[in-house]
Amino acid sequence: MLNSTLKQLSALLTQKKLSSAELTQSCLDRVARLNPGLNAFLTVDADRSLAQARAADAQIAAGKAQPLTGIPVAHKDIFCAKGWRTTCGSKMLANFVSPYDAHVVEQLNAAGAVILGKTNMDEFAMGSSSETGFWGPVKNPWDRTRVAGGSSGGSAAAVAARIAPVAIGTDTGGSIRQPAAFSGICGLKPTYGVVSRYGMVAFASSLDQGGPMGKSAEDLALLLNVMAGFDARDSTSLERPAEDYARALEAPPAGDRARPLGGLRIGVPKEYFGEGLGSDVAAAVEAALAQFEKLGAKRIAISLPNTGLSVPAYYVIAPAEASSNLSRFDGVRYGYRAAEYGDLADMYAKSRAQGFGAEVKRRILIGTYVLSHGYYDAYYLKAQKIRRLIAQDFAEAYKQCDLIMGPTAPSVAFALGSMSSDPVQMYLNDIYTTAANLAGLPAMSIPCGFGEGGMPAGLQIAGNYFAEARMLGAAHQYQLATDWHLRQPAGTE
Amino acid sequence: MDWETVIGIETHAQLSTASKIFSGAATQFGAAPNAQACAVDIALPGVLPVLNKGAVERAIRFGLAVGATVNRRSVFARKNYFYPDLPKGYQISQYELPIVTGGVIKIRTGNGEKTVRLTRAHLEEDAGKSLHEDFHGMSGIDLNRAGTPLLEIVTEPDMRSAEEAVAYAKELHRLVRWIGICDGNMQEGSFRCDANVSVRPKGSTVLGTRREIKNLNSFRFLQQAIEYEVRWQIETLQSGDSIQQATVLFDPDTGETRMMRTKEDAHDYRYFPDPDLLPLDVSAELLAQILQEQPELPQAKLERYQPDFGLSAYDADVLTQSRETAEYFEDMVNRLGSPEAKVCANWITGELAAALNRAGIDITQSPVSSEQLAWLIARIVDGTISSSAAKDVFQSLWQRKNVAVAALSAPPPSLRASIKVDNFVSTAREEVDNIIEQLGLKQISDAGALEKVIAEILAANPKSVEEFRAGKEKAFNALVGQAMKATRGKGNPARINEILKKKLAG
Repeated sequence: MLNSTLKQLSALLTQKKLSSAELTQSCLDRVARLNPGLNAFLTVDADRSLAQARAADAQIAAGKAQPLTGIPVAHKDIFCAKGWRTTCGSKMLANFVSPYDAHVVEQLNAAGAVILGKTNMDEFAMGSSSETGFWGPVKNPWDRTRVAGGSSGGSAAAVAARIAPVAIGTDTGGSIRQPAAFSGICGLKPTYGVVSRYGMVAFASSLDQGGPMGKSAEDLALLLNVMAGFDARDSTSLERPAEDYARALEAPPAGDRARPLGGLRIGVPKEYFGEGLGSDVAAAVEAALAQFEKLGAKRIAISLPNTGLSVPAYYVIAPAEASSNLSRFDGVRYGYRAAEYGDLADMYAKSRAQGFGAEVKRRILIGTYVLSHGYYDAYYLKAQKIRRLIAQDFAEAYKQCDLIMGPTAPSVAFALGSMSSDPVQMYLNDIYTTAANLAGLPAMSIPCGFGEGGMPAGLQIAGNYFAEARMLGAAHQYQLATDWHLRQPAGTE
Repeated sequence: MDWETVIGIETHAQLSTASKIFSGAATQFGAAPNAQACAVDIALPGVLPVLNKGAVERAIRFGLAVGATVNRRSVFARKNYFYPDLPKGYQISQYELPIVTGGVIKIRTGNGEKTVRLTRAHLEEDAGKSLHEDFHGMSGIDLNRAGTPLLEIVTEPDMRSAEEAVAYAKELHRLVRWIGICDGNMQEGSFRCDANVSVRPKGSTVLGTRREIKNLNSFRFLQQAIEYEVRWQIETLQSGDSIQQATVLFDPDTGETRMMRTKEDAHDYRYFPDPDLLPLDVSAELLAQILQEQPELPQAKLERYQPDFGLSAYDADVLTQSRETAEYFEDMVNRLGSPEAKVCANWITGELAAALNRAGIDITQSPVSSEQLAWLIARIVDGTISSSAAKDVFQSLWQRKNVAVAALSAPPPSLRASIKVDNFVSTAREEVDNIIEQLGLKQISDAGALEKVIAEILAANPKSVEEFRAGKEKAFNALVGQAMKATRGKGNPARINEILKKKLAG
């Protein structure tokens, strides 16, 4: 059951061989057993989860089962869920119980899915290691002395440790893909606007995008089917015909049976294989690319000349937006307020100084600085120009290829605490992931082997706008031919 | 030295949408604190703004009304600062690219006409309200007003006196109500002005250092504040001091302005485009549609009423004070025909205005409808009643006395050709006629009856007849007086004159 796909679980549920209550309880049991070592979950509420599970069982009994009915889903603690504490990994929201559901949560609830719990993360999603949260770091299920990646590290670890069948995360600069790579699972960041941001606590509004995390491309497709969709409450949500991502996987391959990816052109950017990329990850990615060629795809050398500018541009734009987005956490209406303070300015200063952690404060300061009078043009405006250049790079590239592949991160998961004192080194971990957010393009990560220390390596598969189905289709064919995605960390049996 | 005053005005006009500019919460005034603040208004984590199209349409309506450029693309920006009644820690406004650029407002003062140029008008959200009393040393926050749509209308520094500033504010106030984008309620804060005031030596072309007087919510305060500020600035400069750029508040109790903050402690608002909102694109279709729905504007009516209806400039101005007044007037003229326009104007600016004033209500609440008043005038024109009797009928109508409708006779055929009975529904006619009947105010116009009375009077007053024939005009008036007396004042004076003249000539 631990390694079952969503389809298999759904079949067990609809055939009444398993009830959602049983499935949910077994997941909760795994939380109890494994979470103390992993710190993947911040909040579990067995009563609430089991009530949802029983309601799902009633739906199934009534013959109204949908593909996700009765399936427990771990929620990154950035999604507001009615009645659930929603902390965003911050002391600032330690006691905040959301009075409303995010769009994504509404969709999942309507589909009959069960909220298994809220997962740990970097504070306000600011980080690449899930170490900056108020409740301590998430540990990597493959090696508990290492990070799980971030910021959706709790969701990644929950899936990797087979605690939750699937999870949801958010990705502002790689926060779904990088922890997926570090934890040996799959994660997809959709095209900007495909998943509504309503009810997702905002980090950087023009970059944030929710997405699915799971063991296989097939599971991601089923989860994305429910997460995607127009929402009038998000002005950047895109109104377009619904796509069945799962059906796209079943479509007959373009090539023959032996070469199902025949005709697929895979662009491999030379900039993604330069200095900084670990040889272990490079080898795993090379092997994966060879596998794709074996499946019929054609490898094309391409260039994304502005790749080196994406991290600097990202670390101007994201903090700028964050500095403004986080202004609402002022101790006035909800959230943390300092116990003692003098006047109003002191109340603000103390509440925010005590309520936010160091990384969040660092980014608020950077963001405030780059938007300040006299610096705006040199930083924010310049970064926006670079953003357009990066989007143009991709537009050019997609004239030559259908998908772009490369490493998700330059290394496998690093040791806990090893980068905490060097924020710039930490930021450089986002070198291959931030560009997709800046351009609003979809990108995903799938396991493609192991590197140093037996840690999983991730292959990034990126596509043009709305190419999610094509990306998932290619990943699915790869996963039919390989078993990296089925590997389970030792000690999580 | 002679000084010149230079004034520019920023006005916040609250747009009359039912819901807020970025949320679905109601905008109604006077609700219990925080009863009209939804998740978006209180800025819960994760909520997002969605633009209210009604606010956009109103901004466009304004742009078209002042001959401005309505920008086909404008951008919402965040103005960042901390204050307890600003829930998000930023205000969504428009900065570099506002929805409306340019345009003019024409004003009239004792010195004649003048054109005030507008710089821009942009959409933004209002903040909430901080209450500092009754909270035992703490502050209360009411977020009902947070997110209320505002149009901020900014002029060039084109005004040269408090009088011009007030004329501008009044003209703008009339316009925004006229085109239905703002209720203009100044007490409730729906229309408030900030005045940027500076002085300079007459003849200088360089602007002096300005001080901004914030939040003036009555025309009187606007006038008083500017007058005080100008005096203060001139005195300061004359005493050898310089003016420091600052924001000041006007205290109506002392009639003085006082410093709120100087330029030094001005915020750096760190404006940047709001990533939660897409650029606002205005389609050609929407522009065309709003242009088509635009009512005739007060300036156009003002210029048209004098030649079209032979009205005085004063009458035309009073009748165009509000769109409702103009519509009331035009409705009467449509029913009675242009020849009666002057009489209609007289009644509206006279009897009706006085009654409205006494009751403290506006024309939309008038108990006497334009149709009733028009029919009342029709009854004067056709000789049924005298003008002075009509005033009694008007008072009855106003007090809703004697309006119960009884079946009445058909209207007399003697109406002037331009007045079509079909222009009136029977109830309005019958209500007026019923009062005339009840009060016994009907004039005697019947030629037979009057001829009989007049014959008797002539026979009884040979002396007057003789005097008249000898050329004494006064004798004629005496005879008319006798006839009126004999008819107990109800004889139709015009008819009596007519018959008398005929008889005396014969």
